[in-house]
Amino acid sequence: MIEKSVKQLSAMLAAKEISAVEMASEYLARAKAMADLNAFITLDEDKTLIDAQAADTMLANGSAGVLTGVPIAQKDIFCQQGWKTTCGSKMLDNFVSPYDANVIELCRKAGLVTLGRTNMDEFAMGSSNENSFYGAVKNPWDKTAVPGGSSGGSAAAVAARLTPIATATDTGGSIRQPAAFCGVTGIKPTYGIVSRFGMIAFASSLDQGGPIGKSAEDCALLLNVMAGFDERDSTSLEHAKEDYSRNLNTPLAGLRIGVPKEYFAEGLESDVAAAVLAAIEEYKKLGAIIVEVSLPNTKLSIPAYYVIAPAEASSNLSRFDGVRYGHRAADYSGLTEMYEKSRSEGFGAEVKRRILTGTYVLSHGYYDAYYLQAQKIRRIIANDFQAAFELCDLIAGPVAPTAAWNLGEKNADPTAMYLEDIYTLAVNLAGLPGMSLPAGFAANGRPVGLQLIGNYFSEAKMLNAAYQLQQVTDWHTRAPSL
Amino acid sequence: MKWEVVIGLEVHTQLSTQSKIFSRASTAYGAEPNTQTSVVDVAMPGALPVMNRGAVERAIQLGLAIGGKINRKSIFARKNYFYPDLPKGYQISQFELPVVEGGVIEIQVGDVTKKINVTRAHLEEDAGKSVHEDCNGMTGIDLNRAGTPLLEIVSEPEMRSAAEAVAYAKALHSLVTWIGICDGNMQEGSFRCDVNVSVRPEGQAEFGTRREIKNLNSFKFMEQAIKFETQWQIDQIEDGHKIQQATILFDPDSGETRMMRSKEDAHDYRYFPDPDLPPLCISEDWIERVRSEMTELPQLMRERFSTQYGLSAYDASTLTSSKDMAVYFEAMVAAGADAKLAANWIMGDVSATLNREEKSIGDSPVSAQALAALVKRVMDNTINNKTAKDVLKKMWESGDSADSIIERDGLKQTTDTGAIEAIIDEVLVANPKAVEEYKSGKLAAINSLMGQCMKASRGKANPAMVTEILTKKLS
Repeated sequence: MIEKSVKQLSAMLAAKEISAVEMASEYLARAKAMADLNAFITLDEDKTLIDAQAADTMLANGSAGVLTGVPIAQKDIFCQQGWKTTCGSKMLDNFVSPYDANVIELCRKAGLVTLGRTNMDEFAMGSSNENSFYGAVKNPWDKTAVPGGSSGGSAAAVAARLTPIATATDTGGSIRQPAAFCGVTGIKPTYGIVSRFGMIAFASSLDQGGPIGKSAEDCALLLNVMAGFDERDSTSLEHAKEDYSRNLNTPLAGLRIGVPKEYFAEGLESDVAAAVLAAIEEYKKLGAIIVEVSLPNTKLSIPAYYVIAPAEASSNLSRFDGVRYGHRAADYSGLTEMYEKSRSEGFGAEVKRRILTGTYVLSHGYYDAYYLQAQKIRRIIANDFQAAFELCDLIAGPVAPTAAWNLGEKNADPTAMYLEDIYTLAVNLAGLPGMSLPAGFAANGRPVGLQLIGNYFSEAKMLNAAYQLQQVTDWHTRAPSL
Repeated sequence: MKWEVVIGLEVHTQLSTQSKIFSRASTAYGAEPNTQTSVVDVAMPGALPVMNRGAVERAIQLGLAIGGKINRKSIFARKNYFYPDLPKGYQISQFELPVVEGGVIEIQVGDVTKKINVTRAHLEEDAGKSVHEDCNGMTGIDLNRAGTPLLEIVSEPEMRSAAEAVAYAKALHSLVTWIGICDGNMQEGSFRCDVNVSVRPEGQAEFGTRREIKNLNSFKFMEQAIKFETQWQIDQIEDGHKIQQATILFDPDSGETRMMRSKEDAHDYRYFPDPDLPPLCISEDWIERVRSEMTELPQLMRERFSTQYGLSAYDASTLTSSKDMAVYFEAMVAAGADAKLAANWIMGDVSATLNREEKSIGDSPVSAQALAALVKRVMDNTINNKTAKDVLKKMWESGDSADSIIERDGLKQTTDTGAIEAIIDEVLVANPKAVEEYKSGKLAAINSLMGQCMKASRGKANPAMVTEILTKKLS
């Protein structure tokens, strides 16, 4: 069952071969058995059963959709009523959310069954899921490797078949990179497609929620649930509802795929390059036309992102002050000490680093040189993509310069890890949709991902391209032996 | 050394929307603490702001009323600082591009009229309240107020006396309550003034260093505070000290200002555009619609009252001192009351009673239509003016109509000339001395005879008729 697609699971439920309760129980048992992966922060059998029973009711009374009864793992960043919602942080270790995020509401209406809450880098800040208060997540392919971050728990859970699908979020690559490192598929849609209401904010102008699954089709089906205008999010787009799976079968002949020359320059490991190029070669066989494009300001995306994201984060995280919810220090004498102790105790090192950086770049005398300048660079980067999309329909390239590194390997120098984000950051800066799909393995056996980047609102085309590749390759069907 | 004081005002007006500026929670005053807060107002993780259209409309109304420019595009910015009554750790305000720029408020001090320029007006959210009583020595935080829409109206530093500052504040208060964007209730914090005060030697072009007096919510305190602070600054400088920029509070018990925050403690607010809110775009159509639906402004109404109803400038001004009063007046006239009589009744008996009972005209138990009906009975001579005053008292207390009281108490005035003549004849016979005095040239003697006639008729005789007939009989 654990290798089955969402559609196949749905068919099983519809044919009454298995109930939602039974299905959830099987996945839960597997999740518990593989607790050493540390993919989940919270499992709660009672709550899961309630969701499953509700799904069984929908299945019985004919109101079920294609995802009703299908188990799902929720990234611990989406507020979910009644569930501990920690965002991977000690700051929210005691926080039980009083309300549901829009994404959670939509999942509930679709009859999805919450298996548990997945581990993540604290407040979504990280590329390795080692920054979690709840400990690092292990890559199911190699337990000495990182799964990627910040959605490491969601990607690992899908890769290890502890859940068929999972929700995740991506601010600078946090869906695409862990999907690549764990050999699964994930998509970050156009900014504004998935509502951020109830999605704990890291960098407001960059954050987007999206699905992770074993295939493009599974991702499309979950994206259908997650996407849609929400009036409670002022940055939510009034974009007409789409069926993201409608074009999966469209042949790719004539599709122009742009390959940015800057993505294949120095820094990209040769085995990763080889795997990505081999995948692009498959596209050629499918009739796609490969063109070289240029994204000249790719390198600038790193400083621009690491100014803008921390700046917004420093402000977004000010609400965690120990006053109304979350961690409050046990002893303090006076207001200032309460703030200082609560925040010092509640936040991990990387979060503190980014708050300090963000506060600095917004401060009087530095705002113009850093924040304002970064926003201008952001516009230039977005323009680069528009110029490239004059020449191609989709951009293809690597997700990261390397496959997954070892746990603990890059902790000495925080900025070393920042440099690994070079291919993913620009996509968030421009607000474009980006996805990752399995494209083979590195020399050390760890998965490599192919990144597809589309112009605004081209998710259906990207999923189509991914689906077609997945018809002629089997990388996405491989699972780690656990 | 002659000193000049330079004053500018920043007034925070709470806008009269039902719900908060960025959430649907209610803005109603006086609820149990923390019962009017949504996830947005409490700054739950994941909560997001959504603009309240009504708040924007009220900002547009203010901009139009003062002749300012409505910016077609304005930006919300985060003002970052930590305080327990500021749940997000930042206030959503406007920094570089506010919704309104420019405009003028006209003030009057004594006989002098002066125009004060408005720099800008911007939208922002109010913070919660800190409560110090009944909290076991701690401070309680009530977030009901958090998120209430504010329009912050900033004046140019063009006021040169406490009197001018108070006149400006009063004029602005009248205007915002008139156009209905703010309830003006200063005790409840709907209208709060921060006053910037600096002094400079007369004739000097440069401004001196200013200190900001925060959160004044009474005109009386404002005047006291400015006067104290002005003298304090002058004394400091004359003693050889320099004025340091500071934020200060006024203590009404001591009548003094004291330091709240020095320049060193001043916050760096790290303003940046709020990424959760797109730019606020206001179309020409929207502005035109607001303009067309706007209530008539007091100045225009005053002029219209003079021309349309023939009222004196004084009467027009008094009647337009509040919107409710002007509406009441026009309703009376619409119901058939003579304009001048209606004005007199409102400015006389009605106002006196309202003041005594500490009510405003909106609370009058006698409606404009009911009072108009009473005035019509004076106009058609059913009753005389003195009787009418008594009838009004009874209407006020009972809620009954003028006609029912007149009928029930038999108050119709006597216009029957025969009856009046009979009364007059009796009075003349009973008062030969007064008749003598009148006939010998002491014309004032008629007054006592009038009094006797009115008394004999139990006040019901038509005084004009009595005078006429009496005078004839005496000649």
